[in-house]
Amino acid sequence: MKKQIILILIYAIFVSISLIVSFDPGIQIGTNFFNFLRSMITVLPCAFIIIGLFEVWVKRETIEKHLGEDSSMKAYLWVILLSSTTVGGIIVAFPVAYSLYKKGAKISVLFTYISASAIGRIPMTVFEASFIGIKFSVIRLLISLPLVILSSILLEKLLKGKDFKMYDGTR
Amino acid sequence: MIIIYAITVLLLLISFIKSPQKTKVALKKAWKKFSKLLLPFLIMLMLVSVVFFLIPEETIVKYMNDESKWFSVFLASTFGSISILPGFVAYPLSGILLKKGISYMAISAFTTTLMMVGIITFPIEKAYLGTKITIIRNLISLGIALITAIATGLIYGEIL
Repeated sequence: MKKQIILILIYAIFVSISLIVSFDPGIQIGTNFFNFLRSMITVLPCAFIIIGLFEVWVKRETIEKHLGEDSSMKAYLWVILLSSTTVGGIIVAFPVAYSLYKKGAKISVLFTYISASAIGRIPMTVFEASFIGIKFSVIRLLISLPLVILSSILLEKLLKGKDFKMYDGTR
Repeated sequence: MIIIYAITVLLLLISFIKSPQKTKVALKKAWKKFSKLLLPFLIMLMLVSVVFFLIPEETIVKYMNDESKWFSVFLASTFGSISILPGFVAYPLSGILLKKGISYMAISAFTTTLMMVGIITFPIEKAYLGTKITIIRNLISLGIALITAIATGLIYGEIL
């Protein structure tokens, strides 16, 4: 925290002095910074408000209740929904996947969860859509998520009968 | 841009009609997250502003443009697989790169490999899945990322 503030101060002083003595590289760097900042500042509030609303209204427990669905297509949908609420990416996704494994989730559902929590987290996607574009996010999800389900099913076929084990992460 | 604002306002309105208290909590959460990320965010912008001064736009555009379309996808997916960047840094950065003329296809390769393929996080993943399956999962993910990138390029009319 302190280090960060010092870094920002040094930067600010450097840019200000550059402005005073008309040091060209410094002015250019400062101009870059403000151009980037301007385009970010217009988007950021929306992204954070949407993320805040999402966290308040979507309850993980509701989703977890549905994970036992027998119909397999539904199980994939629910596990993708569950993964979309994962916070923190892969570091969090693996322990959750392990607990799903312990509860007897199918191999394909496990791998769908792991990959989907990498690419389909809602807060992350809101950020992506804000900065790159909604169209981009929609394309990405519509193409990658079916591939994730498909590859997870294939992986399950490959591993079935081969004594698949998941470990608790302490090895 | 306008769409994002429209969606935000719409969601806020719906949320407020359903429960003003919950909406207030959501806004508080949003503010807390924002203030927590503000400093790292400013530092990211500072770094990027220096990098863009050191590497002039022409160079970036030259290496990432038409003739080297495939090379740019290769570069982007290599960077994405090796590095670990939090989304709140990666996406604004992608937005900047996009404005500088880098293709949606390369951006897609970068962000998808960044999220799905983890060379640095390999030891963590191995501890859960074992070495063999970790390698298989990462290779599959790389494949998915590349297919997604190419499809993105097709839809945006960047290839063919």
